[in-house]
Amino acid sequence: MAFELERPWALDDRVALRPEPFGALAYHFGTRRLSFLKSRKLLDIVRGLGEHASGREACTAAGVSDAELPAYARALETLAASGMIRERAAAS
Amino acid sequence: MSAVAAPVGRLVDHFESGLDAPICLTWELTYACNLACVHCLSSSGRRDPRELSTDECKAVIDELQRMQVFYVNVGGGEPTVRRDFWELLDYATAHDVGVKFSTNGSRITPEIAARLAASDYVDVQISVDGATAEVNDAVRGPGSYATAITAMERLADAGFSGFKVSVVVTRENLSQLDAFKAIADRYGAQLRLTRLRPSGRGADVWDELHPTATQQRELYEWLLARGEEVLTGDSFFHLAAYGEALPGLNLCGAGRVVCLIDPVGDVYACPFAIHEAFLAGNVRQDGGFARVWRESELFRELRGPQSGGACASCGFYDSCRGGCMAAKFFTGLPLDGPDPECVLGHGEPLLAARDACAAPRSPIDHSRRPPPQRACDEDPLTDFWRVVDGQH
Repeated sequence: MAFELERPWALDDRVALRPEPFGALAYHFGTRRLSFLKSRKLLDIVRGLGEHASGREACTAAGVSDAELPAYARALETLAASGMIRERAAAS
Repeated sequence: MSAVAAPVGRLVDHFESGLDAPICLTWELTYACNLACVHCLSSSGRRDPRELSTDECKAVIDELQRMQVFYVNVGGGEPTVRRDFWELLDYATAHDVGVKFSTNGSRITPEIAARLAASDYVDVQISVDGATAEVNDAVRGPGSYATAITAMERLADAGFSGFKVSVVVTRENLSQLDAFKAIADRYGAQLRLTRLRPSGRGADVWDELHPTATQQRELYEWLLARGEEVLTGDSFFHLAAYGEALPGLNLCGAGRVVCLIDPVGDVYACPFAIHEAFLAGNVRQDGGFARVWRESELFRELRGPQSGGACASCGFYDSCRGGCMAAKFFTGLPLDGPDPECVLGHGEPLLAARDACAAPRSPIDHSRRPPPQRACDEDPLTDFWRVVDGQH
């Protein structure tokens, strides 16, 4: 399934985040995969995903500019592909 | 492992200066082992009476949870011979500390396999060092191949997919890489290859068992072609100097992003460095593991700027970073020079010129039998020791 920035997303509940000076470590207890979130802004986006109506809104709320948006959209796409974040039902 | 987006400088630079907590760590739970592999990196065999108690282990787990260490690589010795092993496993996973444990497979009954298959938080690594009984048993002992294969069958039958088949690459098994891959595929497992280190009893066999230069190149090409399909635990970062880096962080994480807790609670810079030169402290000290990790002088030094020494002028220093500290130390080479298996061959003349008898040996040895004697071992008490031990 293709990643859609306009859909609602959430961090998988088996993923733990550990903030670090460079961003954060994200560990998925189910797949046992470790990812590095290479900026604090990306950490903020990922943390806020579940509370926003779309990936785009979560990015905006974290202070992502229009110019930065494509890079962060690609980061979210990578996280979605490895199951770190998943699409949630629009109503939730 | 994968890195995601938005460059803020190189991740490696952050890792080299250390993190507040390790990314993962190795925890050897006991020096007791029912096998006596010739290359055992921790010289295991007999239990140490000072090993951490169940409650002390639980206190370490509590601390790891607070530090958000997501998972530990548990080993030994053979960790499953500890009577409280399954209790500690349950305790860790109930406290958000995932466990990947290494085993020779001897305690993996069908019941245990079913239990392991049911847990998301537990991963299992079966050690095997030959794709045939002949090659494996020469290193790990008679019957150990059959034991490992039986454990793999049981895990697969129980529906545990993606467990690890862990191989230390040697001169004898390098020609079996495809066969190892086939074994892992047969049981729905993932192959993991790691480097033979001259640590522990490995020092006794390293000269004969470490891959030749030609084999090393073959290994590199093989790994490169398989990408992330085959795991290496970043073990072969010294091969990055061949050109393209292998998947992984490609740095020595010792004291920076990884470390070792040994069975008696001693904290070392890495699992391959059980020697006082790499001892940072003990988890029983005030402040526990967190304090050792954050304040040990040794770890601070390791996180500081490193001099490339003799390697600084080499054009490939940025790729291999001088290689593996433990490999240099236990072969008697200077720490600020090339890795003994430097792919440009800079280690070979140093190895040839060194006094092998002067290479540092760790006095921490729990072998059930005295280690094989080297030609230069002239300790008059060696034979005396055999007599008083009464095992031979």
